[in-house]
Amino acid sequence: MESRTAEIQRTVVDPMVPRPVSIRKIIWETDDTFTIFLDLDGTVASFKPGQFNMVFVPGVGESAISISSDPLKPRTIAHTIHRVGIVTTALAQKKRGDIVGVRGPYGSSWPVEVARSKDVCIVVGGIGLAPLRPLLFSLFHRRAEFGRIVLLYGARSPLDLLYRVELEEWADRYSVEVLVTVDRGDSSWKGHIGVVTNLFTYVKLDARDTIAYVCGPETMMKFTLDELDRRGVPAEQTYLSMERNMKCAVGFCGHCQYGPYFICKDGPVFVLPQVRHLLEKKEL
Amino acid sequence: MQTEDLGQLLRQHPFVADLSDQHLHVLAGCASNVRYAEGSYLIHEGEVADKFILLRSGRVALEIDMNERGSLRIQTAGPGEVLGWSWLISPFRWHFNGCAVTDVRAIALDGKCLRTKCENDHDFGYEMLKRLSHVMERRLEATRLQLLDVYGSNSGVHT
Repeated sequence: MESRTAEIQRTVVDPMVPRPVSIRKIIWETDDTFTIFLDLDGTVASFKPGQFNMVFVPGVGESAISISSDPLKPRTIAHTIHRVGIVTTALAQKKRGDIVGVRGPYGSSWPVEVARSKDVCIVVGGIGLAPLRPLLFSLFHRRAEFGRIVLLYGARSPLDLLYRVELEEWADRYSVEVLVTVDRGDSSWKGHIGVVTNLFTYVKLDARDTIAYVCGPETMMKFTLDELDRRGVPAEQTYLSMERNMKCAVGFCGHCQYGPYFICKDGPVFVLPQVRHLLEKKEL
Repeated sequence: MQTEDLGQLLRQHPFVADLSDQHLHVLAGCASNVRYAEGSYLIHEGEVADKFILLRSGRVALEIDMNERGSLRIQTAGPGEVLGWSWLISPFRWHFNGCAVTDVRAIALDGKCLRTKCENDHDFGYEMLKRLSHVMERRLEATRLQLLDVYGSNSGVHT
């Protein structure tokens, strides 16, 4: 099996040098979240679901951002970005044709093959849907090979929901059982209100035959992992994506150290037994 | 609807599905089969908490009245869930409004009838309390998570 370092070296000529790419378009998903489509100028981006790029804004800085597009449509790469910091705010001000730097892809990926002939339960919160969108696309390309696909999605409010049109399409076209909940809503919202773990009340999982993928804020993931455990989904069949402040993205700088791991190189996707003992440690 | 039929309906609800036949029969004596149309209110803040509702289908939103700011929906409950424990706790008043977001079918248990049976049969009362405590614990946990506003600006997922 190819080592992570070898994989990084194969993926990028010099892992620390960003490649200039132009912005094809920007779509605002919500008031503070947008998807930026990068034009790869005829080349292809080979990436796996769950991997991330370092996106560089000249004169501003660089940020680790998950890839949110379809791995089998690699001529354009998309990142869905929550405008929260200096770099993401600078990216939000870009327009079509502007140049940004990209290096990557980096990191481990959501395993797809483990879900063959099994049910899939995806639990996401907030912007956490973006890193799992490529996994969904991968499943859709081979839909018949997988059992049920259940998507439990929690957001802050109805206005903060990502990919609203796609959610309906995924349900209609690919038989995804989409359940959405928000933390707060007004009387115009007819859907669920409450935390994402509440949604487990409405789905019956065949726990032993289910592969779970979890991504979102760490607190939300901890509650979700408890719920999956309560419902009997084995830890070995539960995958999650961890987040720490990433700088070099190749395991040199140590910024994203998480116990014995570097999130950028060994993660961000882990199988639960790898990190379960670390989730309870406050200092990490 | 006959008590036996209500017993069958109750048996399908997760809150009481594994209750003993004897206790289910006691419970059925306080039960009625109810429907609420979309937009109607099942419970009103400040009014006497005279029922305990086991939801069979549809969705109910719990609302807090914010005076001139209207009402804020803080939680929804759906099939297999329960609504209200104020029937058990003095002064037996609702703390929220409960609005049917969709058409709702439910089993309503008379609060006073239930309290009396809990007092008269402590084994039955303890069963009810254990089950309600579990619901309360889950709701409290969910409320804590909701209060954290985990999807706010510092949600921190690779952006």
